[in-house]
Amino acid sequence: MESVNVAERTDSATRVSFDLTTASVRELNAFLHDPAKLAGIEQVTVLNPEGAHNLAVGVAAPIDIEIDGNAGYFIAGMNKQANVTVHGNVGWSVAENIMSGTVRVKGIASECAGASGHGGLLVIEGDASSRCGISMKGCDIVVGGSVGHMSAFMAQAGRMVVCGDAGGGLGDSLYEAVIYVRGTIHSLGADAQEEPMTDDDYAALTELLGKAGFDHDPKSFKRVASGRTLYHWNADAEQDY
Amino acid sequence: MNRPVALDTEQPVDERLLSLENSYSYSSDTLAYIQRAARYGLYDIRGLGAKRKLPNFDDLSFLTAGASRYPLEGYREKCTTKTVLGTRFAKKPIVLDTPITIAGMSFGALSANVKESLGRAATEMGTSTTTGDGGMTQEERGSSKTLIYQCLPSRYGFNPDDLRKADAIEMVIGQGAKPGGGGMLLGQKINPRVAKMRTLPEGVDQRSACRHPDWTGPDDLAIKLKELREITDWQVPIYIKVGATRTYQDVKLAVKAGADVVVVDGMQGGTAATQQVFIEHTGIPTLAATKLAVQALEDMDMRGTVQLIVSGGIRSGADVAKALAMGADAVAIGQGVLMALGCNSPFWWKGNQRVSAEADYHALGTAPGHCHHCQTGKCPVGVTTQDTVLEQRVQPDMGAKHVKNYLQTMNMELTTLARACGKSNVHHLEREDLVAMTVEAAAMAGLPLAGTSWIPGVNGC
Repeated sequence: MESVNVAERTDSATRVSFDLTTASVRELNAFLHDPAKLAGIEQVTVLNPEGAHNLAVGVAAPIDIEIDGNAGYFIAGMNKQANVTVHGNVGWSVAENIMSGTVRVKGIASECAGASGHGGLLVIEGDASSRCGISMKGCDIVVGGSVGHMSAFMAQAGRMVVCGDAGGGLGDSLYEAVIYVRGTIHSLGADAQEEPMTDDDYAALTELLGKAGFDHDPKSFKRVASGRTLYHWNADAEQDY
Repeated sequence: MNRPVALDTEQPVDERLLSLENSYSYSSDTLAYIQRAARYGLYDIRGLGAKRKLPNFDDLSFLTAGASRYPLEGYREKCTTKTVLGTRFAKKPIVLDTPITIAGMSFGALSANVKESLGRAATEMGTSTTTGDGGMTQEERGSSKTLIYQCLPSRYGFNPDDLRKADAIEMVIGQGAKPGGGGMLLGQKINPRVAKMRTLPEGVDQRSACRHPDWTGPDDLAIKLKELREITDWQVPIYIKVGATRTYQDVKLAVKAGADVVVVDGMQGGTAATQQVFIEHTGIPTLAATKLAVQALEDMDMRGTVQLIVSGGIRSGADVAKALAMGADAVAIGQGVLMALGCNSPFWWKGNQRVSAEADYHALGTAPGHCHHCQTGKCPVGVTTQDTVLEQRVQPDMGAKHVKNYLQTMNMELTTLARACGKSNVHHLEREDLVAMTVEAAAMAGLPLAGTSWIPGVNGC
């Protein structure tokens, strides 16, 4: 079914579109936040994003959002429930603080993809730049290509799958998040270590690769997790606490 | 725990032969620092703020009314304290009954009882309170009519549902106790609830990062603020909080990034835990920061459009009045309200009975009036703790009463001074009402030294 421009929406329309050459980002997000306006809507398409920032941020509804082109910073920030697909590349911090739902980038992502994500799934079919998954708190991230340096820095919980290579300082200061890398790891960050794969890891990878739509063999991945040596600031000291 | 033991001396010491000349460079504090460093090989981490002597609001005085100015009757004529914050972009600015607000402090650093006490006191006084690094608790939201939600680098517990429940958002770039540094909640304060809110294992030291995970410079920040505005549909104000260092530039950048309100936290500002070297040796005093922040707003012609909140060592109604006269629109208080709850008091309240806490102070190696051991989680008066026994030493009924009393006292002092200056509105206090008592304060505050027209550094003087 074709989308109709939101301005020409009829009561029976289940798919509407926003053309950002005529509609504003404010109008788009206000629509996406309004349960009354979203009633009966299954899909919202954003046309001509032209690198605009803050598209589809703070959505908390189980709808499909299609962004038809390249987009800017903070796309789908703090997403809950929605399934957002970007048919292009994105700037910094796509799906930052994602809570649930799925955000999929068909192209490549700039820095800090999935930063501080609490839940849900972020899929980047191309490469992701540095600090991908920084401070993640329970979300899952699958990158079809490679990730830049300092990815998963201080990541607390969740899983990150890198089908390509990982840049330097991977997993620096990791807490309980787990990283799976198929290609070359240029270097590990402080307290990050390679560990043997277990059956649970293979099961997790099978699940995540399946959701993301990649058919790599889970046995071709390495596991990186925290050595937990930084969990206590002064573990060897005689502090009078 | 190894304590130094007294050395046995084979011969009695004849004290008449001892030289007891004190060293300024190697004072008893410096000796203790060196000896501690030599023993442990680690810096000290502690709570509260700078303890060194700094120019502060005590170094200013009001020129109240006389023949040249007409006062208001102190006990009869009305002096309004109504304060409005966030008028630049937000559809729903914050409207308070007083310019005295409660600063951001985390659940984790403070107990749930303390957060509830602060919320209830703030609500009774018609002012706001602020979340901290642990996210928003139900107790805090439920007890606070006006609650400011901090967005911090760690993003512990940060989520869009709580964001939309907030009455304003505070983007924290830094704080006065540790500008440019992050925080550390040591493992002994991480109980199951705190751990769950922060998505970390129990008992693990929790590092609060010094940089935000999803933006870096001021150009990114402008886009980030718009994201927060879009998520909250431009309803609520956004504050930007900076630790006082390059305050003039930072305030200008905050305004350019789109802040409704700028919060400037001077070096006397407190913390739950950071390195002593940070607390005492970074930043500039609140007095100097206030002057620079006001100057930045005036130079951008944004005074009155973007409101200024000053914090860091505001203790009394006099401090509040002086900050407002210098150009602040409001103040935020952290350590003061903790002290109203019992911080550094020799006792805690069990119902209406006082119970001595001295033994617990001594067990920490300190005493009432000297304690800054917030980082241990063993607060003898139950303020900065998650311990299930200690936290009961602050009960919300009594805690809220004491904090409300403290805020009320300051508000009365504020209006007393304002009336004496002839103002029917505390926001009409102005720099012309103030003089400085020391050359240092005159230079930092940009005010004339009392009895002169001399402002050091102005007009080539």
